[in-house]
Amino acid sequence: MTSAVADAHEHEHHGPAKGFQRWLFTTNHKDIGSMYLVFSLVMFFVGGTMALIIRSELMVPGLQFVNPGFFNQMTTMHALIMIFGAVMPAFVGLANWMIPMMIGAPDMALPRMNNWSFWILPVAFSMLLATLFLPGGAPAGGWTMYPPLVLQTGDAFPFLIFSIHLMGLSSIMGAINIIVTIINMRAPDMSLLKMPMFVWTWLITAYLLIAVMPVLAGAVTMLLTDQFFGTSFFLAAGGGDPVMFQHIFWFFGHPEVYIMILPAFGIVSEIIPTFARKPLFGHDSMVYAASSIAFLSFIVWAHHMFTVGMPLTGQLFFMFATMLIAVPTGVKVFNWTATMWKGAMTFETPMLFSLAFLFLFTIGGFSGLMLAIVPADIQYHDSYFVVAHFHYVLVPGAIFGIMAGVYYWLPKWTGHMYDEKLGQIHFWLTAIFVNVLFFPMHFLGLAGMPRRIPDYSTQFADFNMIASIGAFGFGISQLLFLYIVIKCIRREGARATSAVWDNPKGLEWTVPSPAPYHTFDQPPRVPQGETFS
Amino acid sequence: MLMIRRLSVYAAGMFGASAASADWALNMPKGVTELSVETYHLHMQVFWWCVAIAIVVFGAMIFSLVKHRKSRGVTAAQFSHSMTAEVTWTIIPIIILLLMAVPAAETLIKIEDSRNPDLTVVVTGYQWKWHYAYQGEDVAFYSNLSRSSNEARRRNSGIDPRTVDHYLRDVDRPMVVPRGAKVRILLTSNDVVHSWWVPDLAIKKDAIPGFMNETWFRAEELGSYRGQCAELCGMDHGYMPVVVEVVEPDAFTTWIESEKDAAGSIAAAGD
Repeated sequence: MTSAVADAHEHEHHGPAKGFQRWLFTTNHKDIGSMYLVFSLVMFFVGGTMALIIRSELMVPGLQFVNPGFFNQMTTMHALIMIFGAVMPAFVGLANWMIPMMIGAPDMALPRMNNWSFWILPVAFSMLLATLFLPGGAPAGGWTMYPPLVLQTGDAFPFLIFSIHLMGLSSIMGAINIIVTIINMRAPDMSLLKMPMFVWTWLITAYLLIAVMPVLAGAVTMLLTDQFFGTSFFLAAGGGDPVMFQHIFWFFGHPEVYIMILPAFGIVSEIIPTFARKPLFGHDSMVYAASSIAFLSFIVWAHHMFTVGMPLTGQLFFMFATMLIAVPTGVKVFNWTATMWKGAMTFETPMLFSLAFLFLFTIGGFSGLMLAIVPADIQYHDSYFVVAHFHYVLVPGAIFGIMAGVYYWLPKWTGHMYDEKLGQIHFWLTAIFVNVLFFPMHFLGLAGMPRRIPDYSTQFADFNMIASIGAFGFGISQLLFLYIVIKCIRREGARATSAVWDNPKGLEWTVPSPAPYHTFDQPPRVPQGETFS
Repeated sequence: MLMIRRLSVYAAGMFGASAASADWALNMPKGVTELSVETYHLHMQVFWWCVAIAIVVFGAMIFSLVKHRKSRGVTAAQFSHSMTAEVTWTIIPIIILLLMAVPAAETLIKIEDSRNPDLTVVVTGYQWKWHYAYQGEDVAFYSNLSRSSNEARRRNSGIDPRTVDHYLRDVDRPMVVPRGAKVRILLTSNDVVHSWWVPDLAIKKDAIPGFMNETWFRAEELGSYRGQCAELCGMDHGYMPVVVEVVEPDAFTTWIESEKDAAGSIAAAGD
């Protein structure tokens, strides 16, 4: 679109400020998106280091490196950092960069709040990480923070609660910003059902965030008052109920699961059509499927708690509702397959990550279906089978989605192609090691190994060794990802065209690469009758 | 140095040692109760459904990946809707789900029927051990991690876990129950939430402070069945195993009488 090029020239004097202040005071969606992405990459490596400490200890039976208390700190912090520090900010970063460009908006609707919602995060995570150096160490009661155990946390306790408040605050502000942007700032002619799938899934995700982050904030505040202000929300001795916390937590926790996967659905729904050279199959049914998943996510929370002793009718309800999620999720997988069907596919790195997402997320979906069956879940619950399941949906699910998105849009951000050969090597290493790492965990869980233990019976030794080898392979492969991204930012690749790929659909491909600091000062025209992606 | 040597020994013997750990397993145990066998079959049924679906879905994807690639010189079709296809792949999964849901619900209803037990044991979780109290029998005791495991588990203990019998899955005093009896377990906790898990009995139930949970089993085969606390309960969560010993009813009667005598003589000695 030539007008966008002209805009870029007109507004050169509006370029970014120089130095540190550019990043501290910026209200530009591209700058803030970049900061979110860099932050999440840093957290990915911090959380990954913790995972490697866990896998080192579990490599062979017996205690070698850490004490059980520190081991529990590592499992707790690994989860909190990966969920709230790596996956969620990465999606918000992608949303910041791409949603305005995809809907033809000049920026996010609430730019100052955008700045604030980012800068809260480094503060929250500095505080959380600082607890590692407090007397008693970091929180060790699991990221699920079940009372009464979490109330045994040392000096770290109030820092844990306050950092979660801050993360929630950041997420809620980010979500409000995304909803307001999508609802109010779309280009004329871009009706809701014409929106690209990434925008759609983020719109749904943002509503989920607004609905459940306050619930988490409420739950942890009740923990805080139980600890310091003499209340007994969750203490049986004072008339409270520890299981009530689990209900409230998972009312947040289950939608949270979809918060971490829906944007990835959106990303692969952008990428597969581009590399299959074919429109997304069933655009509208994809929207309805994502909405159904979001709705169902509110009525299945107790499937995380089938062993707490619920009435039979409750267990039946939550089992049936959970099984129902397989229907819209199946629709999505079938639609992606139908998008590939009779296309003319090529296999650049973003496509490879999307295809691995398709296969491996589906495996995570299968184990999810198995977990819904209550009698079987009684055996699977809190075992390594669950660890395998949620890592399959979060690593080859959410994180492969993010990496696919980064490779897909990196040339648009930097104006240069990443190193395709290295990208493919990174993909194959990652895709092989992720299975070496997580697949054996299914066997461990079925054979009876509980999760969150620092040492295990010798019958579990072989698969733990394999998983640990996979973990180191996976972790080290990600350094290659870092190298590829840095290389691309340093402009060491071929210059990217506006379209970057072979005739991709979507407004972001109509602006030059790199995308100018300001895009769509004038709203673009959306071609009649065309649906994006 | 010792640690490095041990690590290299483990690494070298990793696959060779599989023979030594004979209870090495890939799948869920069938277990020794009617319901554990039913649970196993449910698990396998759903697993095979997943395999069947995977063959169809992954088969279609792989076919497409092989045939519909640009390097073969194909041109992309441009279709993006098919009502027939979309209705089909909504209806068929619903039917499969119904086929899974019915037997699952039937088993669940049986699991929840804890009426008319032959024996009731109150199990209490502590950080980090279990306490068993036989209701109406005046027999109660703590069950701790066995001494040999407890010595070997220390960091740099110098003891190879492979030389310890049932490392981390052995206790000083197991819970003893008679074969064929319906044993009701009443679960609670003294401090934080624990979870009592024995895979061979297909039982996992949370022990919650201030509340009483109920579950049951009827073991059909003699033997020692081992499990662990399944809910994170603090530092030594990994060190509170569960061992249930199933004995003949006669042996059980003898055992419970001797326990009562022992308790009586301790009480008498105390006087």
